Amino acid sequence: MNIFDILGPVMIGPSSSHTAGAVRIGRVANKLMNGIDPERVEIILSGSFAETYRGHGTDRALLAGVMGYRTFSPEIRDAFDIAAARHIDYEFRKENIKGAHPNTAQIWFRMKDGTEGMVQGASVGGGNILVNKINGMDVAFTGDNNTVLVMHKDTPGVIAAVTNLIHWNYQDLNIANFHLSREKKGGNAIMAIEVDTVPPEKLIDELKGLEHVINAMLIRRV
Amino acid sequence: MLSYESIEELVAAATEAGCSISELVLKDQAAEMESTELEIYEKMELDYEVMKNSVRMGQDKNQRSMSGLTGGEGYKMRAYATENGGLCGSFLSGAIARALAVAGCNASMGRIVAAPTAGSCGILPGCLISLEEERGIDPKKIVMSMFTAGAFGMVTAFRSSIAGASGGCQAECGTASAMAAAALTEVMGGTPKQCADAFSIAMGNQLGLVCDPVAGLVEIPCIKRNVSGLVIAFSSADMVLAGIFSEIPADECLDAMREVGDAMPAALKETACGGFATTPTGERLKKQVFGERKED
Repeated sequence: MNIFDILGPVMIGPSSSHTAGAVRIGRVANKLMNGIDPERVEIILSGSFAETYRGHGTDRALLAGVMGYRTFSPEIRDAFDIAAARHIDYEFRKENIKGAHPNTAQIWFRMKDGTEGMVQGASVGGGNILVNKINGMDVAFTGDNNTVLVMHKDTPGVIAAVTNLIHWNYQDLNIANFHLSREKKGGNAIMAIEVDTVPPEKLIDELKGLEHVINAMLIRRV
Repeated sequence: MLSYESIEELVAAATEAGCSISELVLKDQAAEMESTELEIYEKMELDYEVMKNSVRMGQDKNQRSMSGLTGGEGYKMRAYATENGGLCGSFLSGAIARALAVAGCNASMGRIVAAPTAGSCGILPGCLISLEEERGIDPKKIVMSMFTAGAFGMVTAFRSSIAGASGGCQAECGTASAMAAAALTEVMGGTPKQCADAFSIAMGNQLGLVCDPVAGLVEIPCIKRNVSGLVIAFSSADMVLAGIFSEIPADECLDAMREVGDAMPAALKETACGGFATTPTGERLKKQVFGERKED
């Protein structure tokens, strides 16, 4: 924690958890889409998000985040109009996601080329978030650090290959947090690796070149 | 490096170094964030500029909240304060107008600095901007004092809480008010120990304050609680500068705040299940905002 966690963030009101945190969850989806507008986005609001989203602008905030805006962007207020102008088909649904944190949103997106994806995140207070699912798989990262996501096949040696590559090619890159999950044995798996500094873009290409790695991406601090 | 685990640590280190708490914290935070002191100072200066813009936006005659439940408080209070100063006098009435304006700006999806939270964002700007605009105090001194306020907030987050959901309103407006009291004391020439005392007094005056937002929105009673927090900050700083001290040390005060927050029922911690939120009028206002949309 530093002083600007207390005197900050600079944000569009009214609520750090229901507005600023919502923007940041949306931004994780934006990063997953490489900053490209989706054709369609469906956003599920759960718990307190479902109860009070209108008065807090949680819906606008999530949509603004999906479009790449920041917690301090005045465009959040006009997110619906902006999405319409950008030809993004959007829909909000209220649904109780079992066992989820009270301030949880699920963002399902479809790109123009037909690829689909999803993010589930919780706004855990003071604008801080916890991302718990990516494309249906469990993850756990906060968005406070830069996070490297590696989608891969669940096979012995992949973790060693990834961490070795990071260590041998970028000695200064320190791993702050590591989380692994898989759909089933031998199926799709995902590593969420939070690092202390900004990793070079080249790292992502190098990771993609590893055997059994399906995709890799960098989610910068949101 | 400072641990920000106790206010005693901050006071002792500043007293020993013969400097203000803000100077100590600026140096420490620059090292922590691997930046220069100037860069960190300028970042804080930007926060202060955002606060001034929030006052401007919130004092607009047509300011209305997203829900439509509140609006125009900053404008009305500004007009009243300018006219004859009211009971509080033009200085305090003007400060109240600023706190209302920033809290109103927040409720209408304007840009604010969470200080420490969005719900309590009007207190610190209301106090500090008034010192510059009404008393002509050097803004550099004011920006510096925000490092003292922030450091006390960091200790609060560590020892207790700054979230209404875990500590009630005492953790949000209470903390903001106590932080502001410390900053005001430093700007007006108080010692590090006096900053801590002003912090304790302000916090002590708000122990037990519940978080009971009508319809779960950051409006009723949040906007007006920014005003009570501001008034308590000024009175606490003035008491200390008059030579009155706090019998209870700041760290013990924070531990007490945590204990009170833990003892508070969940209904009174930002769940909108008690207090103002469940009064007949509170329920009616909730229906007015969300009622007809419940089925969709």
